[in-house]
Amino acid sequence: MSRAENTGKFGQYGGQFVPEVLMPAVEELTDAHRRYVVENEDGFIDDFRKRLRNFGGRPTPLGRADNLSERYGHDVYLKREDLVHGGAHKLNNALGQALLAKYMGKDRVIAETGAGQHGTATAMACAYLGLDCEIYMGRTDINRQRPNVFRMRTHGADVNPVDVGSGTLKEATNEAMRDWATTVEDTHYVIGSVVGPHPFPTMVRDFQAVISEEAREQSREVIGSLPDAVVACAGGGSNTMGAFHHFVPDDAVSLYAVEAGGSALGVEEAESYAPNSASLGTGTVGVLHGARTKLLQTGEGQIVESHSVSAGLDYAGVGPELAYLVDEERVTPVNVDDDDALEAFHRLSREEGIIPALESSHALAYLEHADFDEDDAVVVNVSGRGDKDLDTVIEESAKRDLDIAPDMEVFR
Amino acid sequence: MTRADVRAAFEGEPALVPYVVAGDPGVEETKAYVEALVEGGADVVELGLPFSEPIADGPTIQAAIRRALDAGITPRDYLDLVRDLDVDVPIVCMTYYNLLLQYGADEAETPEDLDVSAFVADAAEAGVSGLIIPDLPLEESDELEAACEKHDIALVYIVAPTTTPERAERILEHASGFVYVQARMGTTGAREDVSGDTHASLDRLREKNADFPLAVGFGISEREHAREVVAGGADGVVAGSVFVDIIAEHADDGTAAERLEEKACELKTGAREGAE
Ligand SMILES: Cc1ncc(COP(=O)(O)O)c(C=O)c1O
Repeated sequence: MSRAENTGKFGQYGGQFVPEVLMPAVEELTDAHRRYVVENEDGFIDDFRKRLRNFGGRPTPLGRADNLSERYGHDVYLKREDLVHGGAHKLNNALGQALLAKYMGKDRVIAETGAGQHGTATAMACAYLGLDCEIYMGRTDINRQRPNVFRMRTHGADVNPVDVGSGTLKEATNEAMRDWATTVEDTHYVIGSVVGPHPFPTMVRDFQAVISEEAREQSREVIGSLPDAVVACAGGGSNTMGAFHHFVPDDAVSLYAVEAGGSALGVEEAESYAPNSASLGTGTVGVLHGARTKLLQTGEGQIVESHSVSAGLDYAGVGPELAYLVDEERVTPVNVDDDDALEAFHRLSREEGIIPALESSHALAYLEHADFDEDDAVVVNVSGRGDKDLDTVIEESAKRDLDIAPDMEVFR
Repeated sequence: MTRADVRAAFEGEPALVPYVVAGDPGVEETKAYVEALVEGGADVVELGLPFSEPIADGPTIQAAIRRALDAGITPRDYLDLVRDLDVDVPIVCMTYYNLLLQYGADEAETPEDLDVSAFVADAAEAGVSGLIIPDLPLEESDELEAACEKHDIALVYIVAPTTTPERAERILEHASGFVYVQARMGTTGAREDVSGDTHASLDRLREKNADFPLAVGFGISEREHAREVVAGGADGVVAGSVFVDIIAEHADDGTAAERLEEKACELKTGAREGAE
């Protein structure tokens, strides 16, 4: 299997498509990743793990979902990243990178955020480690993820609204890259998923791989064997790569990356719009935000605005390693639409007492469509909790008249 | 015109290299603007081919790119525009890598075969003499460099304030046409003054190669800036946002072309003063 440690390439994907002004920083980071993360220089990894435990609340449990198991007729296990401090897997990476910034002697951190979970995780990590923090967030996302904006501000981070385009993750990422091109000498850019120029896809995966490291260990005890399948949602793909990484060599374990099917598949070229965020399964190869990967774009190469009811999945690109694993047929890309994700949100809340993030709801919704065998053990990564999504869910459920949704009319 | 013509444009007098976005506000206007810039003293024209995610550009040029995309310009329209231009200076295309990759996508049998040479071949045929691709560092440029060499057009590399001496040396070895010396950190955009980084960058590059044309850009908007960078050792000045601003303000009142010509003339005068 080709690994990107040195070249930054996963087959045809990956690379370092960034302005020259950033290249020295990207080289410095590549070196820092190798020394601190790969080789544990100055005990970086030991320090990171200790902080993940004491600040982050790891390890997170892997537990059987009894009611879902009964519903589907096969065993369903949930990896509870919603229980990580802050409410999502995002802290694993944000804490790792903020700590790395500190080891590298950079005292300012910037980040982009979509759902606000990565921004929140970065703001928490910076407060904890004493770093200055500025977050870029699209206006649309600010409006649909308000609680996270207040959380970031509460942790002392500045939040810069991005008004251009559709005001979602793509625009926030552009703006964060522009900031980095101006401030790179004292600033580290904490990218929020396994995307961007090398070494980010590899480094973010390394920080998130704790999910599958734990899950693989836990499955021996909880399931009694390795699982038959691991299911995770994929926006940029960081919880996905994190949940898959240590299972990749286990050929008997099927890996499903669940993308946002939105309201329909395909790209509406004339509108420069995709009513979905399914780049991994339906996109075409191109270069965006520093990497060659699968994208939602027009035939001419303009990147289109994507859509998902879930802000964290609403992105036109995806991590290069995930694109590679799909080409290699190691990972199966599937998608779930907005409606099914909303239903899955309510189902888990009702039947298991867990409010999942709308992103994670996509992974859960896949269980409705999949045809696993009766004796299969399926691990679903619950990448985050859904408190941040309640406003959206109430509104979107009312629009659709979902039977499974609670009636909120009297409280309006 | 070929890469040699791009380089030759920097010989003798210091060169003025203005930038505008093709298709802002429309293709016909762009033709008139390019002609006005040449009339005002432009020696090379850098013509932007709009990409939806211009990460190296500041707000002024981002907005122009948005206007041009909304007005509907495509890469093929762009090449038609260049083909129709009636000017005798080299045209250098500034755009982002993905557009080059997708241009030939119809011919690629598999995604691995995506190939930038279809664009380079058509661009050269249309009369483009050089390319500047701000999201393509030396590390990723083998394929494009080979295609540009084959079609005899320049691939212009950028040297930034953060570029290490070791990188600068490698960039100079690969350079054709001219080297674009990025005067400051960050993105494109007009500024109040010329950054102190510029002089250090120029001195470093001069040490490595005394002859290769060096053009300074990022933030240049006034006669005094042009004078200062040329006096500091530049062979040319690149200015974009200042022209793009004129278009944004005056495309509607019909005075944009004459104002562009005046501004070009002013910057060219400054550049000449710097060489005295
Ligand atoms: C809870 C949660 N899950 C998943 C995602 C999607 O990101 P990724 O695909 O990188 O895991 C997000 C992004 O904000 C998120 O907040």
